[in-house]
Amino acid sequence: MTDIYRVACAAGFSGDRTDVAKPLVEELLRHGGSGCLIFESLAERTLALAQLERHQNPELGYEPLLSEMLEPVLADCVKGGIPIIGNFGAANPEGAARLIAAMAKQKGLPNIRIAIVQGDDISAPEFRSQLETFLSPDDQKTLTQSSLVSANVYLGAREIAEALVAGAQVVVTGRVADPALTVGPLMAYFKKDWTDWDFLGAATMAGHLLECGAQVTGGYFADPGLKDVPCLANLGFPIIEFDIQGNICVTKPSSSGGLVNRMTVTEQLLYELHDPENYLTPDVTADITQAQIHDLGSNRVEVVGVRGHPRPSTLKANVCIDGGWLAEAEISYAGLNAYGRAQLAGQIIRERLSDLNLRIDFIGSSSIFKSDIGEGPQLTSKDGFEDIRMRVATAHNEKNQAQRVCREVTALYTCGPAGGGGVRTSLKPRLNTLVCFIPRDLVRASYQFLKS
Amino acid sequence: MSQSILLYKLAHARTGDKGNRSNISVIAYRQEDFSLLQKELTEEKVKAHFGFRNPSAVKRYELPHLRALNFVIDDVLDGGVNLSLNLDSHGKSLSYWLLAMEINLDSE
Repeated sequence: MTDIYRVACAAGFSGDRTDVAKPLVEELLRHGGSGCLIFESLAERTLALAQLERHQNPELGYEPLLSEMLEPVLADCVKGGIPIIGNFGAANPEGAARLIAAMAKQKGLPNIRIAIVQGDDISAPEFRSQLETFLSPDDQKTLTQSSLVSANVYLGAREIAEALVAGAQVVVTGRVADPALTVGPLMAYFKKDWTDWDFLGAATMAGHLLECGAQVTGGYFADPGLKDVPCLANLGFPIIEFDIQGNICVTKPSSSGGLVNRMTVTEQLLYELHDPENYLTPDVTADITQAQIHDLGSNRVEVVGVRGHPRPSTLKANVCIDGGWLAEAEISYAGLNAYGRAQLAGQIIRERLSDLNLRIDFIGSSSIFKSDIGEGPQLTSKDGFEDIRMRVATAHNEKNQAQRVCREVTALYTCGPAGGGGVRTSLKPRLNTLVCFIPRDLVRASYQFLKS
Repeated sequence: MSQSILLYKLAHARTGDKGNRSNISVIAYRQEDFSLLQKELTEEKVKAHFGFRNPSAVKRYELPHLRALNFVIDDVLDGGVNLSLNLDSHGKSLSYWLLAMEINLDSE
């Protein structure tokens, strides 16, 4: 019988559903055998936001929903021998590890082994001058004019694999390449060489298919009447079965909603991928040009023929800087000549704020005439009736300049066209991301166990 | 009279983003339509279709085993998720703009 290792993914971004891990763990336990549970919760900007949070409170800076994510499954995973790997450490992996240790202790599991992967954070002053030399001239200039929020290099899978081999029951990382969360446990289990490029390529694409959670099991896919997906309110998250030849089978918990077929897997295989022959990651350059997808039916899809080439000599780093302020404000007009009134409102705003760079949108289907239980006129059936929401947006380095958009749209209540209602405003700090590539030998990645 | 069909009828698509670069996969529902897409869905036509968003370049990759094309469209997101004033700063909706293209059937 082929030796299969299962990787289940319970989160595709920070803010994903937190009730999906339990069915995955139940499925892993039902199969028996070996497997792990991963959480990918670190989009490009998430880490910078976490760093800002840590500046406010040094105890924080890890995934805000960490407790909700792990609470339902931590004890079952520890008792069932299912390691948990997550980049939910964000800007404070050690803080996340301490929280998990406390949770485990509360559940009567006082001595679990939690590993922390370090070395991704290169925001310290000693890196700063080096960092600048790897940025483009334009980006160097941008960096000198702004304040640095975070700088993190995308680490590979090696430290995760080593921690698992050393007996980690939970591995907490900050920034690692998303597929590394999958490549790490697969390398720890199959004990392949770190220059087995075809195996690493296949493991990387397995991780790529998992890293956005439900996007491979029917999320981000449905188009009613054309591409229907059963039970989207109860989407099953993905499980990958992987063998030593690098064959991938994508599936999901049997009792869950969603859909795994050739179409969902093809869409996700190409998601955020540029050159299919050269998918650059810290561990390998993956190549899907010869990959084939076989729909086995019953929500099982096989991906075979992924290859790999030697890994790149540099590691990608994201440098996040303060990006000023984003202001958005909206107001609605409905009924006869609503679009005309909304356009007049837009003209007034442009005249009042002619010195700002504005974007103005006109949005609408059916909203403000309806009662709270959804009863009211079908606007499309009444000639000349419209339902238009005007949205104004601007970005500015100075908060009080951006805020003028919020004030001017609010003033349209009394100073604008007839029947304007439902103003909402939002003023938020922005982050900007600069990307550079850093020689590997400058990065010191390592792992250590949390000391109890 | 020239005959055409909406790309939406022939293929499904998904958008992803990295910075100010969007990639849109186009996947034929039927194997037999893939060659039509290869012939009609050129880099030039896709660039023109997105002309109002001022892309600086469009690169097309072909994946015949997957009956898919992958379009990488540069500088089409007004700066991307950090800088754009668009409600959809990731450009996640752009696959549906590509699917609204008319595909010429005359040569069939």
